[in-house]
Amino acid sequence: MPGSLSPTKRPADAVTDTMIDDVARSTRRVRPWRVLGGVVLALVAVVLAHFLVTNERLEWDVVGEYLFDPSVLSGLGTTVWLALAATVIGAVVGALLAAAQLSDFAPVRWAATLYIGVFRGIPPLVQLIFWFNLAYLLPRISIGIPFGPEFASWDANEVITPVTAAVIGLSLVESAYMAEIIRGGLIGVEQGQRDAARAMGLTPAQTFFRVVLPQAMRVIIPPGGSQFISVLKGTALVSVIAMADLLHSVQVIYNRTYEIVPMLIVACLWYLAVVTLFTFGQRWLERHFSRGHTTGGGRARRPKPTPDGATA
Amino acid sequence: MTGEPALRVRGIRKNFGDHAALDGVDLDVADGEVVTVIGPSGSGKSTLIRCVHQLETIDSGAIYLDDELLGHERHRGGLRPLGARRVAAQRSRMSMVFQQFHLIPHFTVLRNITEAPVRVHGRSRAEAETEARELLERVGLGDRADHYPRQLSGGQQQRVAIARAVAARPRVMLFDEPTSALDPELVDEVLSVMRQLAAEGMTMVVVTHEIAFAREVADRCVFMEAGRIVESGRPDEMLTAPRTARLRAFLARQARHGEAGQRENQHGQSLPTAQEHTS
Repeated sequence: MPGSLSPTKRPADAVTDTMIDDVARSTRRVRPWRVLGGVVLALVAVVLAHFLVTNERLEWDVVGEYLFDPSVLSGLGTTVWLALAATVIGAVVGALLAAAQLSDFAPVRWAATLYIGVFRGIPPLVQLIFWFNLAYLLPRISIGIPFGPEFASWDANEVITPVTAAVIGLSLVESAYMAEIIRGGLIGVEQGQRDAARAMGLTPAQTFFRVVLPQAMRVIIPPGGSQFISVLKGTALVSVIAMADLLHSVQVIYNRTYEIVPMLIVACLWYLAVVTLFTFGQRWLERHFSRGHTTGGGRARRPKPTPDGATA
Repeated sequence: MTGEPALRVRGIRKNFGDHAALDGVDLDVADGEVVTVIGPSGSGKSTLIRCVHQLETIDSGAIYLDDELLGHERHRGGLRPLGARRVAAQRSRMSMVFQQFHLIPHFTVLRNITEAPVRVHGRSRAEAETEARELLERVGLGDRADHYPRQLSGGQQQRVAIARAVAARPRVMLFDEPTSALDPELVDEVLSVMRQLAAEGMTMVVVTHEIAFAREVADRCVFMEAGRIVESGRPDEMLTAPRTARLRAFLARQARHGEAGQRENQHGQSLPTAQEHTS
């Protein structure tokens, strides 16, 4: 036995003369597979770094030149607001759809199920092209009573721009996914909480917004955050309908300069940066909605134990 | 126990599928009266008070609170169900204490108590908080106002739940086996709060397994089996000299198993503890 035990790990008086074995004196076990795994990973990292630094076709100088190019930044802005818009609209519509699926009125349930089936079932790329070409199917868009008077109408060719087609298409897809995520969160809240809220005399709306939804949010936020990351990356699809998002703006540049790889790296770096930033936001939301659900954290202090039957 | 019945239950029936949970129950509860409901698991005790509180709908019969029909209104010579907001308003005149406490986990203790007074009864937050702190003092939890429910023991949570129920200034308080989910050493702290309420003249219907509590606190005891009230009367008479064979058998079972019998009973209903249930 090597004498390398650390005496600070246990009080001195714990050791008595009669003690022969003491686990505090045990040495570290050698784990050969871990050593091997560590060596392999280090090797991969070195090779990767070597490739990134020495391969001249990556053209890091071009990457640096265009990273903060105004048209790239404007494309980045478009990508971010488009993802945010689709997420907000998708979450609101998705919440309504989730409520509809849990309704006790069957036709509303059927309609919600059909909506989710259709917009989740068709590839987003196909939907975007479809919405962009809506004017062919529906030359005029009008608000009025069906088969009755019309209050207002617009030319579909003017209304359906790349922007509106992108927002509509992405929001529809997003709402279908969010509906499933939110529904999962809602049914995860135990029935007793609804009972308690109703027993307090809260109305159905108060019960939903004050008691059920905040508890469902704990379950909704993690997959909802992944969903936001999906839609952020999904915005790259709108480049096919000539909307000036991040991907489209770098495409415009490399179509002119033929510096395809460095421009794609510019796009990759920005996508990664934004996703990383929003992942931190997600962590913050998770902590916010978990208040009261841990015995320790939150604003409140940790309770001191009381003697049994303090008031008896 | 004087005056008009605060609560009248008239011939109510409730089916869950083919099973008749309540099979014609009549019950009057006078102003300030404490009624305990005892009986084996599945006898319909909890269903009875859940129906009174409009958490379950009834299939036939009627329930009145201070002569007002609950859950339905007269319409074109018949009856029709009330809208959800009207039902909520009727519910707000009663309070329920649940077996599993059901405190709202993301509200602090104080907020749990003030929520109904502020949102439902339209009191100012300041007034509601003052009253909530007084109630917390009375149930011995004056220093726990800013804690979250998860940070409290089961007995403490149930005392908060009782404070929450009292804060609504209810006409009738309903208790659904309030001590059955508690560790035996925590039962007394909850029962003592309930004793205090009974002494102050609160009108209470208490579904319980605590025969001793039923005997000591109740003005009247009701024994249910298979969805019917089999026997009712003054607890001292009824629990010492039961008139029906079925109550005699029930009491004998309870006595034989004693404390252990009650624990077994809970396990028979496969009720998880609060921690397991909610985390």
